Parts: sequence; structure tokens; C-alpha cells
Amino acid sequence: MQRRMVLGGVAATALLPSVGRAQPAGVKIALVSTLSGPGAALGNQIRDGWLLGVKLRDGKLGGLTAETLVIDDELKPDSAVTKATAAVERDKVDFVAGVVFSNIMQAIARPVVESETFLISANAGPSTFAGKGCNPYIFVASYQNDQPHAAMGQVAQDEGYKRVFILVPNYQAGKDSAAGFKSRYKGEVVDEVYVPLNQMDFSAEVAKIAAAKPDALFAFMPGGLGINLVRAYRQAGLGHIPFLSCFTVDESTLPAHGDAAVGLFTTSTWAPDFNNEASRKFVSAFEDTYGYVPGSYAAHAYDVASLVDAALKQAGGTADKAKLRAALETASFASVRGNFRFGPNHFPVEDFYLCKGVKRPDGKFATATVRKVLSNDPGAYTAECRMG
Amino acid sequence: MTLQLLLVQLLNGAQLGIILFLVAAGLTLVFGVMNFINLAHGVQYMIGAYLTAAIGAWAGSFWIGLLLALPTCLAIGLLLEFLVFRHLYDRNHLDQVLVSFGVILTIEEGMRALFGSAPLNVPRPEGMDGGVMIMPGLLFPTFRLAIIAAGLMVAGLLWLVVDRTRVGMRIRAGATHPAIVAVLGVDIRHLFMLVFGFGAMLAGFAGGMAGPVLAVQPGMGDSVLILAFVVIVIGGVGSIRGAFVAALLVGVVDTLGRASIPDLLRLFMAPPDARQTGGALASMLVYIAMSVILAFRPAGLFPVRPTGPMA
Repeated sequence: MQRRMVLGGVAATALLPSVGRAQPAGVKIALVSTLSGPGAALGNQIRDGWLLGVKLRDGKLGGLTAETLVIDDELKPDSAVTKATAAVERDKVDFVAGVVFSNIMQAIARPVVESETFLISANAGPSTFAGKGCNPYIFVASYQNDQPHAAMGQVAQDEGYKRVFILVPNYQAGKDSAAGFKSRYKGEVVDEVYVPLNQMDFSAEVAKIAAAKPDALFAFMPGGLGINLVRAYRQAGLGHIPFLSCFTVDESTLPAHGDAAVGLFTTSTWAPDFNNEASRKFVSAFEDTYGYVPGSYAAHAYDVASLVDAALKQAGGTADKAKLRAALETASFASVRGNFRFGPNHFPVEDFYLCKGVKRPDGKFATATVRKVLSNDPGAYTAECRMG
Repeated sequence: MTLQLLLVQLLNGAQLGIILFLVAAGLTLVFGVMNFINLAHGVQYMIGAYLTAAIGAWAGSFWIGLLLALPTCLAIGLLLEFLVFRHLYDRNHLDQVLVSFGVILTIEEGMRALFGSAPLNVPRPEGMDGGVMIMPGLLFPTFRLAIIAAGLMVAGLLWLVVDRTRVGMRIRAGATHPAIVAVLGVDIRHLFMLVFGFGAMLAGFAGGMAGPVLAVQPGMGDSVLILAFVVIVIGGVGSIRGAFVAALLVGVVDTLGRASIPDLLRLFMAPPDARQTGGALASMLVYIAMSVILAFRPAGLFPVRPTGPMA
């Protein structure tokens, strides 16, 4: 419990000295994010994106003073459950938001939902809550986990690649990633290689790729795995083979990749070069405040703040849960993604883009949009959902 | 697998083995000579990588970063020895494990606070951008060859020091008969400190050299540490020669296993099963090899204690 910090209230007091922290007509949000361990690079983005969304509204959401309890889930499901339960039962929060990793989401969903508190994910989108297991109190504002991988499959299909080499880590998300890619890619998979999650060096795999001579490589290598892979790939002179990836080249890893990742592809719901007003405002405010380039993690968290703000306005507060739920389902807000709405399973119906790593004129690295791949994609599980 | 691909994979294995050797050399000396289990040895590797990356980025040159990181690693190793580990030499192994584990947590969180959780960008080693075309379509990077060369040099140097100098003689004597060495008037504490600092520097050197090919991030030392322990157990605790042979063995077995087991299994299994089983089996292979070797040679390939010459 020591890691919990009251940040939203402090930010609000700094901006509006007259407003106290324990304002009775406020809204309380538990922001669950991974802030320690290797996943913290993503968790920090989610925390910062959310806090920026609150800060730009002068510390208020839907006109109510917002108090954010920042909770570090430590990427440990047991510790996440304890902390999330304390937040809903003792602190009586109105929303639990954030959540980087799907296993944490699966763990905390039950205690949060049973207390009839809204759980709004800014990143994790496990299939378990998208189909039969959809829930009136669960919203996912990012994407369903399969979608970015399926979108990359569509890219490979559109580009007419005949032979693709698949490289993923040997755990559930890796297998889902390969399956998602193959759901839309119909060409030949020359080889499918599963590597252990703690793999240090990719030289052996890179040699196999060179020997297989594929038209393209599809890789899902989050965090440090991706850094190692991209380095080995570049150093072996394989840069001419198109590098299609998911969660390998993004704003959380680009500072470490540097020049090596320029020109490598990824799929995303959003990139910092999106040309709409909400996105431009978000990116410039984010970079001014935190000094680094936001990725889709931060963008989704910022969108969650906008969503909660719009829903609270529409429902006129937190008192009536049914009204608030309806407001969340239909809330209209200026998403940084431009096109955004919830499907009947409380997962987004949205567009997916092919993006690539670029070096911006200011010397920082970011992803940039190449083209739209999927329009209004509802995900694969919507039909199975019967919302109670 | 063609002959060229096999050659590339052997080189890849050798390069991984060399990195492991540099880490394991210090570990095996500290464990063998001082009978001290230092889990925090992997942290020294991480510190080396971070210092090389950070100083290198500041100076605009990888080599300057590496050069300045080495004495700093030595100093940090000596400082840790003075502040923490010195007080644990006479304690039992459980105490040593607990405290050095605490050191891991403290330093890793410290690194995270200083440098952030995201992996660090490492400047490219100047003059080593290219590669050697061993197989059509694949460059073997010059820098990886440089790692192998540097490791071989360090191995030769270590052999000279341990086998041919007075200090080396004391270290060897300290490994087998510490009490007698102390009785003969050798300042064993001083010797320990020297060994510890030197081991820390070697691990730091390994980290610095690994930086341009691997991700520099908190926790990078943990996976190396586990393999390094496998190496010193296979090689025989306290034996530099054993560490060298075992490191190359582990590197090559691991690399070739990852490269070929899924393909071999495909000969008599359905492809999806072969991939899953092959991936799992390949990551176990090193440990299977360790079990087999220990079954036949319980004290490792080159046992130091109780009899037999070291290194």
C-alpha cells in the first residue's frame, strides 16, 4: 500500500488553491498500472496519459473534482487484486481505470465488477471479456488484443507477400499473436518460431530467417526482446526484408531502438502524427509536460479520461449507475483517434493503421502513419456477447 | 541446415559462450576462492552495460564509454565488497544469498530510478559497423567477432595471471587450502577483495561488450546470472579453465538447440506440435546437458576441490 499516491488531488490543489482535496461532490478513480518491473515503461505512459487528461480539465472530470489514486500492480495478479479490492471497498472509488497487462485485468475484474464499479481498460483487451464473458461494468477503450495482429495479417495480405516468417515469444499472448496474424493472412508461413520470454540474443533466429529468405517477417516481441531482435536483424544486414511487427516498435521502445527501428512497420490505433485537433493538443501538451513522445498507451489513457469526463457530464454525476453505464456506452468525446465508438460488447469499433518508425526533425523517434488498414473493425468476438 | 548456416550458428554460440565466460569467470573465482555465493554478480554485468551506454552517449563514443566504465565497475565492485559483502564471508550460504539478492533489488530499482524502465540506447561501436558475409544474405557483424576475440584474449590473460604469477598462486592456494594460506601470513582478506573487484570488473566488461547486441535494461543481469551459475557448476566451481570450456559448451548447445530442435522434431511430429515442443525443449536443453554432465562428473568437468590442480 505504500506505493499509493494521491496525485490528482494534489494537481488540482496546485491549480486551484481554493479547492480542497476532500471535496464532497467529487469523483474518485483508481488508476491501476504497472509502475515497477520491466513493464513500467508502458505503465508510466498510461499513468501520464491519464493524469494529463485530468490536468487539462483543471483537475475536474465532468465538472467534479477528480481524485486519482495511482496504484502500482507490480505486474503481480495477487498484489493487484488486494490493492484493487481495497480501492473499491475501502476508498469507494467510482472507476477503476488503466491496466496494462491482460493477466492483471483478468485478476482484478471480478472484485471490481462485483462491487458494481466500472472497470475501464486503457490497454489490456483480453478476448475473455469481448465475447461470452462481456460485462455491463467492463469497458475496454483500447482494442481487443487480437486486432493489431490481425491488422498486420491484413497488411501482409494486401502487400501480396507470398512467404512470411513468424517469430513470437512462447507464451499465451505470443500464440494469440500468431493466430491473429494468420486469421487475415492467407499466404504461406515459411516458419513459425517460438522463443522463450527471457531470450537474450536473436542471432540464431536471425540466421534462420536469412536462410529461409521470406518476403516479410512478422514479429511480436515486446520490450527488451524487440530491442535485441531489431539490433540483430539490422546488424545481420536483413533490413531489406520488410519487418512487420506488433508492440515491438512503438514509443515505449523507440528511444532505445534509435536509428535501427526507422522504417520498421507496426500496426496501431493511433500515432503521434494524427492530424486531428484533439490529437495535436494531446501530443504537444504531453511532450511539454513529460518530455517524451507519447505512444498509443498514453493516448488510450488520455481517451479514457475524456470518456469519463463526457460520461459524467451526460449522466450528471456518479449516483445513478444505470444512467452512467448508458452514458459511457454512448458518450461522445473528441478522441485522439478521431473515429471511436463502443460496440455492443463495450470494446471499440475503430480503425487500424499501418505505421512505421521515423526520426522526427527534432531528433526524437516516433511512429508515423503509413495508411489505414481496417475501417470500423469490431473485433472477432462481438457476436458472442449477450450483455446482461 | 547447410554447412554455412551451421558455421554461423556455431559462431553465434561461441559469442554467447564468451559473454557467459566473462561473467562466469568472476563468479567462479568468488565462489571457488571465497566460498561466497554472490547472486549480485549479475548486477555488476548490468552496471557495466549501463555505464558503457551512458558514458558512451555522453562522450559520443562507445569505446571511450567502455574504457571509462571498466575502472568505475572495479570501484563499484570494491565499494560493494567493503560495504556489504565483506561482512558475509563467515556467514552461511543462506545469509549470503539473502543479502546479495537484496543488493540485486536495490541496485536494479536504483538503475530504474536513474535511467527509467525503458531499455537504453547504446552508441554503435565506431569502426565496427560492417560484417562478414559467411552465408549468402547474412552478415556476421564485425562487433560480434570482436566480442569473441576479446573474450579469448581475456581467457588467455586470466590463464597467465592465475597460472603464472605469484598472485595467481595465492588465489589457487586460497581456493583449495584457505586456512593454510592464512597461516602462512598471506592477507587473505586483501586477496579476497582483489578477486572480488576483479570479478566485478570482468562482469562489467561483459555487460559493456553485450550492450550493442543486447537490450540494456534493468534485470538484464538476471538471465545471464542463471546461465553463469550453470556454467560454473558444469565447469567445476573455482576453475577458470572449467568456466571457459563450460561457457562455450553452454553457448553452443543453447544456440544450436534453438536453431535445430524444432526442425528435428518436425521429422516425426506435426509442425504445430513440433514448434511448441521444440521451443520448450530448446530452452531446457542447457539444463538437461547440465544434469547429464553432473550425473557422470558430480564435481563438474574440471573439479578444483578437494584434489587436482586448478585452471
